[in-house]
Amino acid sequence: MTDAVAQPTKVASATPDTMAWDSRARRMMMIYLPLACFVIILLFPFYWMAVTAFKPNAELLNFKEHNPFWISSPTLAHIQHLLFNTAYPRWLKTTMLVAIGSTFLSLLASTLAAYAIERLRFRGSPYVGLGIYLAYLVPPSILFIPLATVVVQFGLFDSPLALILVYPTFLVPFCTWLLIGYFKSIPYELEECALVDGATRLQILRRITLPLAVPGLISAGIFSFTLSWNEFIYALAFIQSSANKTVPVAILTELVSGDVYQWGALMAGSLLGSLPVAIFYSLFVDYYVSSLTGAVKE
Amino acid sequence: MSVTTLSPRGVALRQPNWFARLLDYKPFLIIVCLAPAIGLLTVFLTYPLGLGVWLAFTDTTIGRRGIYVGLENFQYLLSDPLWWGAVFYSVFYTGVATFGKFALGFWLALLLNNHFPFKSLLRAIVLLPWIVPTVLSALAFWWIYDPQFSIISYLLVDVLHLRTTNVDFLGSAWPARFSLIAANIWRGIPFVAISLLAGLQTISPSLYEAAMLDGASAWQRFRYITFPMMMPILAIVMTFSIIFTFTDFQLVYAITRGGPVNSTHLLATLAFQRGIAGGELGEGAAIAVSMVPFLVFATLFSYFGLARRKWQQGESDD
Repeated sequence: MTDAVAQPTKVASATPDTMAWDSRARRMMMIYLPLACFVIILLFPFYWMAVTAFKPNAELLNFKEHNPFWISSPTLAHIQHLLFNTAYPRWLKTTMLVAIGSTFLSLLASTLAAYAIERLRFRGSPYVGLGIYLAYLVPPSILFIPLATVVVQFGLFDSPLALILVYPTFLVPFCTWLLIGYFKSIPYELEECALVDGATRLQILRRITLPLAVPGLISAGIFSFTLSWNEFIYALAFIQSSANKTVPVAILTELVSGDVYQWGALMAGSLLGSLPVAIFYSLFVDYYVSSLTGAVKE
Repeated sequence: MSVTTLSPRGVALRQPNWFARLLDYKPFLIIVCLAPAIGLLTVFLTYPLGLGVWLAFTDTTIGRRGIYVGLENFQYLLSDPLWWGAVFYSVFYTGVATFGKFALGFWLALLLNNHFPFKSLLRAIVLLPWIVPTVLSALAFWWIYDPQFSIISYLLVDVLHLRTTNVDFLGSAWPARFSLIAANIWRGIPFVAISLLAGLQTISPSLYEAAMLDGASAWQRFRYITFPMMMPILAIVMTFSIIFTFTDFQLVYAITRGGPVNSTHLLATLAFQRGIAGGELGEGAAIAVSMVPFLVFATLFSYFGLARRKWQQGESDD
């Protein structure tokens, strides 16, 4: 915005007929060209993934006779191989189960926690909020070794339930922080009115605060879903049997075998594994952007 | 209809049973509300964190309870060239990748802050690398870095004729290190760009108007308005970025698994290799714990960024 204002005023002192050209060419060079480069570079790996997934093997490994950027005879063989010769559908189902389970669990826990911290206001509630925030700064890479022993102690090793219970450790801090921000934006007067009218606290939470915080809940929900779908290190460390693996882990450990990589199948698997989150994302883009920026601004 | 639904609720309000009354008792309600979150975090975060520190001082292996061995694990690490290599590459990886992410991400944010058609669509597309599971995009990079059928090699050799041989991306130490950093930057740009864009949009245009009236050049406007106004949000985003880049695991594990010849091990991948794959839980935990000082440093960095923001805004603390 500022640049659009800036260019005309600055060039206004020059002769008027060069002004329009100069400004447009300048805009082209300074904005559109770099922007196009960014978009091409950011999207190229996905394009390459998609192209590889639908290429027959002969074309895949012969750049001399086929243009690698295009598919001359597209094939569904890789996807068919994936769906019918591997446990891919099973992995998708496990991943979905884990993602939905942990999202539900973290939403429940963080809604209640955010409500208690922001609305029930007790002595020390800011410190509890800060503590939960600090939990977000503890990365999984530090925790996975001791967590593996904890999971074994609980008898949950190799069970998707372990992942459902462990993922909230990074989802709850994020969601709580996001929801505290949302609850803050709801006028407290609404709750006071309800209190005066004789509503109980839980009725207030269910009938007044939660309906108003729906956008926040959606943001937190889709974020949790994406994060648990993408999680890797815990799933790698806690799951051993092929059937219980999640998609990211399974593709890397089950499909990569031997010295000759099946690039077609690998890329088809990556494409299929990315699709659910990509579709989810395209439906809720605005929520993603608002939660991402909201969490940073808080 | 409405009458029938209303009357039982009215009765319930006037004569709440003991359970409803208990739930309306504030201290009890606070405990009930906090219990799930605090419980989960205590059992699966605080306790393992403490356990991890304890494990680092024992010689636990998979299937055998260890005994306390004091600082032995750490002494061993200090004499272990692999650990030093991982520390070096973790710092190098974090430094170069963070610099790249922020330089390019800031640039992208500035570009996206202009007016042009399809802006929201573009913003949505830009975030895609960040949404897609890292391991899956890392696999795409692995394929792009293939020694024989790399598309980049194809471009350089057969299309542009800049080279005569294929680029060996992952075969030797330094190319592999930079290839991983490039993939990390690629994945990190969207997050930085979108977060900084949100910050850019909060800067009041009147500041720029005032500066332009005073005759400030585009560079001066960036240097004296945009940059200082972005400092607080830069500090926060950078802290997150540093923490999660330093402890990165997926990208390296998916593309090189620490190779060639252990030259691309990050502390996290080394910890996994020793702790889970090798079964030496105590030693793995010691490697993980050795990341903590770096993370504390990054968090302090964030704290001072935040403190500065409060100071800039006067006394209000939100």
